[in-house]
Amino acid sequence: MPITEADIEKIAQLAHLEITDDERRMFAPQISEIVTYIEQLSAIDTSDIEPALGGLTPEGERTPADRVDEVQPSLGQRVALDQAPDPAAGHFRVPKVLG
Amino acid sequence: MTLSITRRNITSRKRAESAIDAAEKLNESLNAFLQIDRTGALKRGEEIDNNQSDAPLAGVPIAVKDNINVKGLQTSCGSRILGPYKPPYDATAIDRLIQAGAVVIGKTNCDEFAMGSSNENSAFGPVKNPWDLARVPGGSSGGSAAAVAAGIVPVALGSDTGGSVRQPAAFCGVIGFKPTYGRVSRYGLVAFGSSLDQIGVLARNAKDAAAILQIIAGRDAHDATTVEVPVPDYIGETEKNLGAGFRLGVSRALLGEGLDDEVRRSIEDAIDAYRELGAEIVAIDLPHAKYAIAVYYIIATAEASSNLARYDGVRYGFRAEDAPGLRDMYRRTRDEGFGAEVKRRIMLGTYVLSAGYYDAYYLKAQKVRALLRQDFDNAFKRCDLILTPTTPTPAFKFGDKVDDPLAMYLNDVYTVTANLAGIPGVSIPCGQSAAGLPVGMQLLGPYWSESTLVRAAHAFETIRPFTARPQVRADADGG
Repeated sequence: MPITEADIEKIAQLAHLEITDDERRMFAPQISEIVTYIEQLSAIDTSDIEPALGGLTPEGERTPADRVDEVQPSLGQRVALDQAPDPAAGHFRVPKVLG
Repeated sequence: MTLSITRRNITSRKRAESAIDAAEKLNESLNAFLQIDRTGALKRGEEIDNNQSDAPLAGVPIAVKDNINVKGLQTSCGSRILGPYKPPYDATAIDRLIQAGAVVIGKTNCDEFAMGSSNENSAFGPVKNPWDLARVPGGSSGGSAAAVAAGIVPVALGSDTGGSVRQPAAFCGVIGFKPTYGRVSRYGLVAFGSSLDQIGVLARNAKDAAAILQIIAGRDAHDATTVEVPVPDYIGETEKNLGAGFRLGVSRALLGEGLDDEVRRSIEDAIDAYRELGAEIVAIDLPHAKYAIAVYYIIATAEASSNLARYDGVRYGFRAEDAPGLRDMYRRTRDEGFGAEVKRRIMLGTYVLSAGYYDAYYLKAQKVRALLRQDFDNAFKRCDLILTPTTPTPAFKFGDKVDDPLAMYLNDVYTVTANLAGIPGVSIPCGQSAAGLPVGMQLLGPYWSESTLVRAAHAFETIRPFTARPQVRADADGG
């Protein structure tokens, strides 16, 4: 199914990207071509197949990944705010959320 | 144990200085480094001379791809969106290397957020291939591969999500090693495709690669996907023979159409070399390998769209100015901060995960991924390692594929399978084209077979040493 410029605009919205008109014109045929390419997977019979668990190896699946729920040292507020574009009173300040 | 990459006849400080001098001298022609840390590296060299001179990697200068965090040095990921960001922590792999006495001399250029096969997607200009400055070094770890190929450093770290260590290694005539998924901690590696990413090693020979792997491998509490599997003596393994009864799997289907003739010739010669070493060549088949690129570009982009959502201008890095509201700030920051390839992949990933398409694309891809794993499981019942080309062609010229993203993606046809299956792989230089460009062959092994891979790589080096050096290189042995 070909991807139109309107599709690209919708996808860009979802991805929080404010793309330009030139970008939209460039991306539409490129992404369309890639989507056509990936659609070849629909021809494969996977009715009896369980999806892969990401990249995990069998040993990886057996390695316990939890830890005790104890407070550990962390970055701390000073370090966390150190490179903020607009820190204020211990917060990350941003433009207004509403409106 | 004295390793080939440690030196007894030179101080760590002097060795670091030589590497830094070489990096600076060659950077105008190669653009391999985004940062060279002269002050820090010399200081570190001195510390090692005074306190750590018998550490296993004492004084070894290393270069680090700029998507791996080194405390106090900027991490850019080849992008503008991180602005001047400096990580407040070392990646686990870096921490372990520093404890072992290695000296980080700088951060290397790469495709933006590790997305690319040519290093043409860096916001800071491409890296040039030391073998021919009009050609790409490969990507995304182009800077690290070029730095090792040019003799600036003996080893470098890269990252490999779909081939980004192995493919530039092939284009640059060096070894590129991707471990099993979960062998090396991803803590401090900026995430691209979390089920695919691994930190990998660029080196000039198998023993040096083994020496680095030895230090960085192992379970890490900071990365829940690392695995409780013992780390063997990889360095010792390289000295062992291939072993009687070693079976090398070859898929004839992968050596057919689409493969450059000169690459094919070098691969056939490599197969002969393994015969000379006593290997039995076994015909194997990977029936779903032809779908690997499609599967990869669904899964990798989906995971990337999620992983790159954090770059929003709120907490660090670049923030677009004068945005009237928060949403505008997000949208403008990301559109201005990201390059075209990153945006393309984020959008593709967003699309395949969106409502109504998740089952048809992402879920389907994970099922075909399971089929690909089965292909490898079946093949490894009949052979110990599989040999393939690393890339379909030698290094191509700048601009050849930038206008055709799909053509660029098809460069990865031999390498993405390993990331999808989670298996380890290594690219080894095995020949040159008529124009003198390096050709790489790839060995793939079952999970946790890094020992077999380094052994097979070392064995190959003994009967087919790759002694050619690129045009552009450090004068003295920069290692």
